[in-house]
Amino acid sequence: MNGTLAKDPFNIIITGVGGQGNVMASRILSDMLVRRGFKVTIGETFGMSQRGGSVMSHIRVSEGKVWSPQIPKGGADLIVGLEPIEAVRVLAGYGNPSVKVLVNMRPIYPVGVITGEDEYPPAEAIRAAVVSAGAAARFLAATDEAVKLGNPILGNIVMIGAVAGLGVLPIDGELFETVVRAGMPAGRAEANLRAFAIGAAAVA
Amino acid sequence: MSVDGSWKEGVEVLLMGNEAIARGALEAGVRVAAGYPGTPSSEIIETLSRFAQAGRLYVEWSTNEKVAMEVAAAASFAGLRSLCVMKQNGVNVASDFLLHLTGSGTRGGMVLVTCDDPGALSSVNEGESRHFARLMEIPLVEPADFQEAKEMTRWAFELSEEIRNVVLVRSVTRLSHASGNVVPGSLPVLGGKAEFLCDGPVSDPERGPVISAPVVQKHRLQQEKLRRAAQLFETSPFNVYAGPEKPELLIITSSACALYSREAVAILGAEGRAGILKIGTTWPLPPALLKRHLLGAEKVLIVEEVLPFIEDQVKIMAAEQAREIGIKTFYGKYDGTLPMAGELNPDLVAGAIGRILGIAAPSLPAAYREKLGELAALTPKREQTFCPGCPHRASYWIIREALQRDGRRGFVCGDIGCYAMAVLFQAAGFHTAKTLHAMGSGTGLASGFGKLGPFGMEQPAIAVCGDSTFYHAAVPALINAVHQGADLTFIALDNSGTAMTGFQPHPGTAVNAMGEAAPLVDIGALCASLGAPVFCGDPFDPVRTRETLNEILETEGVKVLVLKQSCALSPEKKGKKQFLVRVDETLCRGEDCGCNRLCTRIFRCPGLLWNREKKKAEIDEVICAGCGFCAGICPAGAIINEEAARA
Repeated sequence: MNGTLAKDPFNIIITGVGGQGNVMASRILSDMLVRRGFKVTIGETFGMSQRGGSVMSHIRVSEGKVWSPQIPKGGADLIVGLEPIEAVRVLAGYGNPSVKVLVNMRPIYPVGVITGEDEYPPAEAIRAAVVSAGAAARFLAATDEAVKLGNPILGNIVMIGAVAGLGVLPIDGELFETVVRAGMPAGRAEANLRAFAIGAAAVA
Repeated sequence: MSVDGSWKEGVEVLLMGNEAIARGALEAGVRVAAGYPGTPSSEIIETLSRFAQAGRLYVEWSTNEKVAMEVAAAASFAGLRSLCVMKQNGVNVASDFLLHLTGSGTRGGMVLVTCDDPGALSSVNEGESRHFARLMEIPLVEPADFQEAKEMTRWAFELSEEIRNVVLVRSVTRLSHASGNVVPGSLPVLGGKAEFLCDGPVSDPERGPVISAPVVQKHRLQQEKLRRAAQLFETSPFNVYAGPEKPELLIITSSACALYSREAVAILGAEGRAGILKIGTTWPLPPALLKRHLLGAEKVLIVEEVLPFIEDQVKIMAAEQAREIGIKTFYGKYDGTLPMAGELNPDLVAGAIGRILGIAAPSLPAAYREKLGELAALTPKREQTFCPGCPHRASYWIIREALQRDGRRGFVCGDIGCYAMAVLFQAAGFHTAKTLHAMGSGTGLASGFGKLGPFGMEQPAIAVCGDSTFYHAAVPALINAVHQGADLTFIALDNSGTAMTGFQPHPGTAVNAMGEAAPLVDIGALCASLGAPVFCGDPFDPVRTRETLNEILETEGVKVLVLKQSCALSPEKKGKKQFLVRVDETLCRGEDCGCNRLCTRIFRCPGLLWNREKKKAEIDEVICAGCGFCAGICPAGAIINEEAARA
């Protein structure tokens, strides 16, 4: 094994809205960790929930045990929010005083906000709330960076780059490149590598 | 799957539960696999289709679950190993055949995998397939992790051949759609010719005809097979106990609940007081094994999803053995220790164990919990809705307009697929679907409503039905409506694939599960052959399509309207905008317009935004799929479509 865990199991939640590449992000991150020799369990909710609903991937990383695909309440060590209010929602359910939080600040408005029934909290309120409840919080413009790279979906990879940049898990750009080159055509891999590097640099 | 999708014998890899099940079938040498798509089961057949090869492995998406089971059974009768896959309610569809199949018995190993959905994460029911094992008198096994999903599936084929009957493997969403480490095993050398030996006497299970008669005699034989399975289960490596020799609390559990139970015991630090008997062979439960474990414990908690199934069996065994094992205190579903509806999780199980053993689960500091409460209050809810660019949103918009003009308070009988969301007010501000039941039931219900005219019913009934659902179960109901002379407007929402579950092919697509070109059964042509007038329309042509619908609503009998437009997430459309859509601020009259924010308040496409400062509509260019439909609904003509440059 190359590297050890700060805690066993180390619990990661990747959250966002259906269509943001939540599942792909959790697969890539977990694939890297399996290649490092860890036992990884991912619990995912997709299907009906993809249709504009909130999505969550629970990733349990362990030296040697298979853990439940659902993280207990208050049990997240790292929350990766591909969307701001989804990050807040997950923090409210799974946060604890030592949780680390990464948030992509590009909102995707829920139907209730589009219709005017609900209000989307201002960015400053979201930052303040996350900071007040997360031991370490970083805010990124992952979607904006991805749009610059030509495809907003790459926001998920920018966020995975940020996970690596945080240094809480034994993963790096080299390992990411191995995984991406194994699973993608070269043309797509390049944009993914750039997205990862941008995310890693943003939190370094 | 690992991102690169490669599986090598002995090399540990990340697999989804469904992929592990598929790998287990491959390692068993499965030759024929058939199923019907349904979350959370679809990835099993999808995975196997990647390995399909003429003469080695045949894979099909059948028109429905009953046909899938028949196709798989034919392979078994011809001596091949076969797999049949479906979600929980699919077993209901297949159950008539299953009842007779389990009576006749099988030859080549035949495994039925059902993926249940406790909590209905992707279903409109919380049906349980475990009870079919008891009803049909066949063995049931339930994997509790990813490696076991593979091993158990492989072994289920051996068990099926040992007892010459179907074996039911039951997974749940939290295993099927979860992923974990799996070490693939070896693949067998495939051999054997398909041949149906059927010239022997009825009494010869290997060479006679395969039928469930003489019924009572065959039924007794079937029950003998089940007793044989129970004997084998006594020593099964899939039944594992971990904990103290004489635990204060014995937890009996299976499936994903075994993982929740282990975690719950760890959360409470109760390893020295509670022991876990994880059962993989859940029907019939092996009595001697149960007796051994019940002997050593006074308190017994059964942890399972959803209904009490293991609990019933354990209690019956405990009653039968009471003289030897003594009186126990049981905790489970009946006494309310655990809920009898909805899925479980580690917190719920920890709560239950904690109450029994008098241990409080560790909790966060009160001040921090208060802070989390403030966070929860900050987050607006996020309801499901039709995707941006979804042709269903457009179709329902047209249906709503047509029904309003029609003026007879007509309604839609909904059906199963993404378009079922039309029952939700939140999905669109014009929910028109008022019934939602089983596959094809919208058409059957509309056929019934269409005969209520003589009872004074004046409302026209519209049945909507997706393309895959059409072939699955709507055709018999439509034939019924034609034959009975019902008044029914049938709308096929044809988005060119089984979109909800991931674009699996169906009889209306020119390709099959193996990726081969396949003859296409055309919905319109089939309906025309029934004698119904057939009309076609484009959901993205609101005016003409609405006019067509109004015309046919005024005529009697069965009328068919096929609305064709492929899904916004389909490979040919995803990421490609037909239009660059924008709002001309000078034309949008905002809150002064009489439309009362028709675009955002009623149409509710996620690509539309309401700018609260400017009080005008906007387009979210990251979300908008560029279908351009909304330009047609703006009364001020403020939403502008510009033809996008095509790559």
